[in-house]
Amino acid sequence: MSVIKDSGHLFRLAIVFALGLVFFIGVRSIFVPKTFGEYGHFRGAAIADIAARPIAYAGRQACEDCHADVVQKKNSGKHVRIGCEACHGPLAKHVDDPASVQPEKLDTAVLCVRCHEANIAKPAGFPQVKAEEHSSGLACDTCHQPHAPSIVKGAGQ
Amino acid sequence: MNITRRHLMLLLPAAAIAWEHVLAGTPEKSPNYKMSEHWWSMLIDVPKCIGCGNCVRACAKENDVPEGYFRTWVERYHVADWGFENPVVDSPDGGIHGFPPSTQTGGKNFFIPKLCNHCVESPCTQVCPVGATFVSPDGVVLVDKEYCLGCRYCVQACPYGCRFINPKTNTAEKCTLCYHRITKGLTTACCENCPTGARQLADLKNPQDPIHEFLRTHSVQVLKPHMATNAKVFYNQLDGSVR
Amino acid sequence: MIPVDGFMYPNEVELQWSVLIVLYPFLTGLVAGAFILASLERVFRVEAVKPTYRLALLTALAFLLVAPLPLQLHLGHPERSFEMYLTPHRSSAMAMFGFVYLWYLMAVLVVEIWLEYRRDIVHLAETSSGWKRWLYAAMTLGSHNVSPRSLAIDDRVGWIITIIGIPSAFLLHGYVGFIFGSVKANPWWSTPLMPVVFLFSAMVSGIAAVLMLYMFISWARGEKANALCVDTVAKYLFYTFVIDFSLEMLDLIHRIYESGESFRSLDFMVHTRLYIPHIVVQILFGTVMPIILLSMTQVLHFSELVRKRIYAVASAATLIGIFAMRWNVVIGGQLFSKSFLGYTTYKMGFATREGLLPAIVLMVLPFGILWALVKLLPPWTSPIPAHAGD
Repeated sequence: MSVIKDSGHLFRLAIVFALGLVFFIGVRSIFVPKTFGEYGHFRGAAIADIAARPIAYAGRQACEDCHADVVQKKNSGKHVRIGCEACHGPLAKHVDDPASVQPEKLDTAVLCVRCHEANIAKPAGFPQVKAEEHSSGLACDTCHQPHAPSIVKGAGQ
Repeated sequence: MNITRRHLMLLLPAAAIAWEHVLAGTPEKSPNYKMSEHWWSMLIDVPKCIGCGNCVRACAKENDVPEGYFRTWVERYHVADWGFENPVVDSPDGGIHGFPPSTQTGGKNFFIPKLCNHCVESPCTQVCPVGATFVSPDGVVLVDKEYCLGCRYCVQACPYGCRFINPKTNTAEKCTLCYHRITKGLTTACCENCPTGARQLADLKNPQDPIHEFLRTHSVQVLKPHMATNAKVFYNQLDGSVR
Repeated sequence: MIPVDGFMYPNEVELQWSVLIVLYPFLTGLVAGAFILASLERVFRVEAVKPTYRLALLTALAFLLVAPLPLQLHLGHPERSFEMYLTPHRSSAMAMFGFVYLWYLMAVLVVEIWLEYRRDIVHLAETSSGWKRWLYAAMTLGSHNVSPRSLAIDDRVGWIITIIGIPSAFLLHGYVGFIFGSVKANPWWSTPLMPVVFLFSAMVSGIAAVLMLYMFISWARGEKANALCVDTVAKYLFYTFVIDFSLEMLDLIHRIYESGESFRSLDFMVHTRLYIPHIVVQILFGTVMPIILLSMTQVLHFSELVRKRIYAVASAATLIGIFAMRWNVVIGGQLFSKSFLGYTTYKMGFATREGLLPAIVLMVLPFGILWALVKLLPPWTSPIPAHAGD
């Protein structure tokens, strides 16, 4: 009996710990996000949050609807597989509001050389030139029409 | 181009149709996207990569990637004839402006695009202390930036160096495989803008996806297979010198 | 612009874990080491180290209270840190460590200190005045029972707590080693030896710290440090050091011999960027020199004064060396590229959130807390002796 009497302080300590545990469980039920654990050890709603991000590149399908003529010309040339926005930049906003949002003017001196400037690491069969020597400083679209780049006699649009 | 009223009469309906194509991807328009029907991966066809950096730029624009950090990047390799063990590698600004002419001569030279490998046994999700990074049911490794503490353990644990801390949000960030696009039927920004088709999104659960045939008929590897992360980005003709 | 040699993956150039993350294992190491020293007396009945018992416990508490602070300063979102307790990811060593820390703080250290000091606390609750009276009264939990029977029960329970506490202390710091050692992506960190090396170096640093503190406080109080006590503590420091050194050398020799994929890159790093912190400070100054000094005191005969001076020098060098070891693991592990083709540089700020200044403040803070604890719960309270059997 006296053991219990003389352990009184230990029981009090145990009560303090028990209260701490209850507090912890209470805090947990308030603060753990409701969708946590829905699909795994993460906040289920995060998937929808991430999927809801606005789109910047419309994708080549969207261009075809208004610019079918350009797409047709592109389909006849070497650039057939390149998406429109690969050169023209992200244009989902343009698709949304074509009149007010216009694509940027492109500078062939920067644009074309990124792919076609000769580099030892590029695949050997890939068309590449030393731009300086190739065109003596002339803009690429002096001779090449970017949508169908093969040179046609009497070119220059 | 001068837009006359006549032009507008023709353009506006067409634009509306085009916008439909883009909207086709919003959650309202494709409630049919079921995570369990997809298992996303990517194929990198190394011989096709020309190091133009379009993918790096497109990713940065699509995902607001902060300057100096990279969700995807391109490396250029120079392997001297007897230099298999010690390639010379460079990646100026991750290849975002393409690559300047090489100072190397001879040997074997090629480009390697890199991104998050969306590992099935992902070491980064294993170490996250709170469950802020996870593998989604459709196989994409994502980060919940509302929950991330920014402890950086995941950045340490990734063998491929594809993670970073976004200085604006102070949370971990990396390639999301453009989850906001692929759940809407679009492809990733990098694949959309790759001019040579070196990067291609693939859905392993789709029996019609060309990747199945490709994996059967080509010599394909993943990066650092000894790490046993079960990576899902497959490289066609990956050279042994690639780190 | 951070200078880079060779090639690094673009996202690797900036270091992720700073000097604060170096400080953290250093602090928890001191905790584990101080506690192991305390347990030497309580469980293994090494009577000679009794004078350091209470001081070791208070030292452990002071450092344990400060330990989470460098982590909080480092986090991108410290306000979310409680998530580790709400939704701990069971596969993450970092998450599980949160509970190991909590367990060790509350169920081991605080309880043991409370049981050890309970008689003093009750006495002080009855004899002090002002706010201190309220503080002590609260610490009694309302029980003023200090009958011999209750004290005997305290003694018994305290002994059990210490028994549980020893593996808990091992877990506390072994876990930190595991947090590094389990990262397969980093070959500088990834080794099964990491938790063991961390643990033994923790014990070395903790014992050295208590030894220095005991000698310093004795001098400050104008008392003579008990010679038998310091000799015994130094002896245990020496034994632990030998084990620690053997383990570190084993890791090194193993790496050199196997010469795996990463070896050339790591070897180059150790011989260049890490030469001063690793070879000079950690190995020569911080390990070899103290071991030689301590072995001299074991083998040759010196006067008490000379021995104490040697212990002080050896302990100080040890603490610097163990800090350097943490630096070499944490910072060293981030200086080389995972492509094994390049190296970066650590740019440590000064008055920034993760800079040198906060690191210095956090290093000094535990001593401030220890000073307050020593005032509040004096380790030497005559006329009331310590636990039963004094």
